[in-house]
Amino acid sequence: MPGNAISRALPWVIVGLLALFPVLDSTFYTQLLTKVLIMAIFAMSLDLLVGYTGLVSFGHAAYFGLAGYALALMGPKYEAASLWWTLPGAIGICVVFALVTGLVVLRTRGIYFIMVTLAFAQMLFFVFHDTKLGGGSDGVYIYAKPTMNLGETVLVTLEKLDQFYWLVLFFTAATYFLLRRILGSSFGRALMGIKVNEHRMRALGFPVFRYQLASFALAGGLAGLAGYLAAVQFGFVNPEILSWHQSGAVLMMVILGGMGTLHGAVIGAFAFVLLQEVLSNQAWFGIAAKHWQLAMGILIMLVALYLPQGLAGLMAKLQRKPPAEAEEGADV
Amino acid sequence: MSEAILRTEGLTKRFGGLVAVSDVSLDLHVGEVHVVIGPNGAGKSTLTNLLSGDLPATSGRVMLDGRDIAGLSSDQISRMGVGRSYQKTNIFLPFTVFENARLAAQSRTPYALRVFSRAEAYDAINALASAALESAGLAHRAQRVAATLSHGEQRQLEIAMCLATQPRVLLLDEPLAGMGPHESQRMVELISKLRSDHAIMLIEHDMDAVFALANRLTVMVNGEVLETGSPEQVRSSPAVQAAYLGGEEMLHE
Amino acid sequence: MDLAFILIQLLNGLQYGLLLFLVSSGLTLVFGIMGIINLAHGSFYMVGAYLAWSLASMTGNLATAIAIAIPLTVVLGMALEKLLFRQLYTRDHLYQVLLTYGLILVFEELRSIIWGDDVHGVAVPALLNASIPLTENLSYPVYRLAISGVCLLLAFALYVLIQKTRLGMMIRAGASNRDMVQSLGIDIKLIYTLVFAMGVALAAFAGMINAPLSSVTPNMGSHVLIICFVVVVIGGIGSVKGAMAASLMIGLAETFGQVLVPEVAGMIVYVLMAIVLVWRPEGLFGRK
Repeated sequence: MPGNAISRALPWVIVGLLALFPVLDSTFYTQLLTKVLIMAIFAMSLDLLVGYTGLVSFGHAAYFGLAGYALALMGPKYEAASLWWTLPGAIGICVVFALVTGLVVLRTRGIYFIMVTLAFAQMLFFVFHDTKLGGGSDGVYIYAKPTMNLGETVLVTLEKLDQFYWLVLFFTAATYFLLRRILGSSFGRALMGIKVNEHRMRALGFPVFRYQLASFALAGGLAGLAGYLAAVQFGFVNPEILSWHQSGAVLMMVILGGMGTLHGAVIGAFAFVLLQEVLSNQAWFGIAAKHWQLAMGILIMLVALYLPQGLAGLMAKLQRKPPAEAEEGADV
Repeated sequence: MSEAILRTEGLTKRFGGLVAVSDVSLDLHVGEVHVVIGPNGAGKSTLTNLLSGDLPATSGRVMLDGRDIAGLSSDQISRMGVGRSYQKTNIFLPFTVFENARLAAQSRTPYALRVFSRAEAYDAINALASAALESAGLAHRAQRVAATLSHGEQRQLEIAMCLATQPRVLLLDEPLAGMGPHESQRMVELISKLRSDHAIMLIEHDMDAVFALANRLTVMVNGEVLETGSPEQVRSSPAVQAAYLGGEEMLHE
Repeated sequence: MDLAFILIQLLNGLQYGLLLFLVSSGLTLVFGIMGIINLAHGSFYMVGAYLAWSLASMTGNLATAIAIAIPLTVVLGMALEKLLFRQLYTRDHLYQVLLTYGLILVFEELRSIIWGDDVHGVAVPALLNASIPLTENLSYPVYRLAISGVCLLLAFALYVLIQKTRLGMMIRAGASNRDMVQSLGIDIKLIYTLVFAMGVALAAFAGMINAPLSSVTPNMGSHVLIICFVVVVIGGIGSVKGAMAASLMIGLAETFGQVLVPEVAGMIVYVLMAIVLVWRPEGLFGRK
């Protein structure tokens, strides 16, 4: 089928086009796009839980922020940290934390699960907010961005905007293809089965808890990847990075884009970051830009009420129904 | 007679003050269909839930191959070879019929954690799923989405999923409910065929099917076993005839 | 640490716990009866505090301010239920989370536009501005005792309302069987509106009476919300009794934690929650 071929090639084409972006040589837009791509990784990691495993986590920022703090605290203070081991280290810490918290939170379901994931994220928030461990409420600066060295030669330095952008693009693409692969495997199918009918999966002999825990840990690790990259981009971490506003924002990205579709999470991250950027643009909205969260809040409520399948769902609907047909359909 | 593969001893389930299943002892053998009948609310479905691990028993034992499995979770019991179907259709509605069966078959395999190959890449699983659909008479519907099947076909899928897990013990909770006469006939033939290498417990209201299939018959009333034995013994039991008000014609049919 | 000091902390802990109960009782009722997860519940607490502050500075009297503010919050609650929350009863929790998250942003920004981002203080009413001496240099403020008294009174009223009245019977029946209540010809919609408005008013009232004790600050809503989530989880969703037990437990744990181990005080409640969940995933008084 040609349609199938197009949809298979499309992600590669988009990655290719995105890779060319730094040619435009716009610092502002490269930075913005870097942020979008980092958030896309974060959103995809949450989509794995919400959209594919049926676990609505409202504390996903915990892993995002934890990795940021891991980078800030593991690396040397004034020299560049080594990407070689700080990145796997940060991700590893997040996976372990997800496994430990997962043992508790996965005993709960529904509303309880939402609240308990939130509470665990808050716990971590207070660990960094109230103790001296991570500089309290002021946070920690990351003075030098990590580098990837081979012997004495510096292969990659994240100080360079373009190199950082390409690395982020690489990880975004890798996350997308990795998750697509996993979701097409027996393991992924089992997760989707659990989302649809957990009880029946258990009756069929699936050790549901173990699958959920594996999914939870994987999502935590990928959120850690995103958090590490975000900390590198911002150049500092403070408790806000793992606040519940962050968890809410990423949930919004997933739903805005359309949960249960990986590309939806990417679209959602793109739309959300751009919206944030536009609504808070003082040149356009003047004094109202200061209160951009008001518009964002209203928008979020509208999405929750009227766009439950998100932008991806909207696009699929439009594709399936050309306008003329849709009108006919409306009469029925 | 062969050793019982599954046996209950004094199995009891209380919900608060209500005794749903009271001191039930029965056994299932390979090569036999053990039919459980009784009026609604007699505790038949609760009994199934106790055997499959969907509910924990209040007291009593469930022995599978001589090992007490009461207290194990339903997925553990399922992996030990006890398959069950539900009275209320319990399938994956948004998935295709094949995927429903494939997932069921997948649960038996050690491939489950191989995360990098496509789910459909395992011939053994696919074959198992196809065979289960074939047995249940759903092969022609394999690519349909389960939600679009007729009620009777969804019941068939329920059985197919159960078969795809390759159980040794089958717990079938009213498999014929909602099926047309043609489908019912087919299901009776299927259960009859499965008998040779499965131990089957069948809960059923359709008396034609009951007497066509039963090697052993247990009558439950108010959570208790009223009578158990060969169909002829049960049919002639005065206790059953007295208790089964208005059911005499049914039993003598 | 002497006895008087312990007594003071004990009273503080109980007072804080009772205040948490006022906020979390509404949250748990809305969870239990309507099945709604409401992140914006903390915003009602904030709205109450800001109303108390602005009305008190206009009228010069906290009591008058509260008397004016309570009907306002009831109306706010009824309006929100009728316009927004009603649409969510049949929706997945996910969308409830999202909508109420958006609502928080709206409340916060409206607060910023109407009242600004400054921190404010509210004076303790003159009548209650006294202390009871315990030892030579330790005393206990009368206002805190008064708050605890009012909270206890309200808790008792809530108990009577739910256990002894016809409305309470309908509320309890509505929680267990929506269809049955409707078939009895009881207007379930009205019950939902009333319960929701009551929850809003209780949370806002807690914000009002606590305003003189803790300053009125922009982010006060989110802190109290999360703590109340923990209360509801520990107590068991829908259980007012559980909310009371968990509120007192957390009030005491946090108060003593801040005195004894200030570095980890923020975490104590969450550790407590984790322990309860491992032991009883449905909470202390939750239905399985």
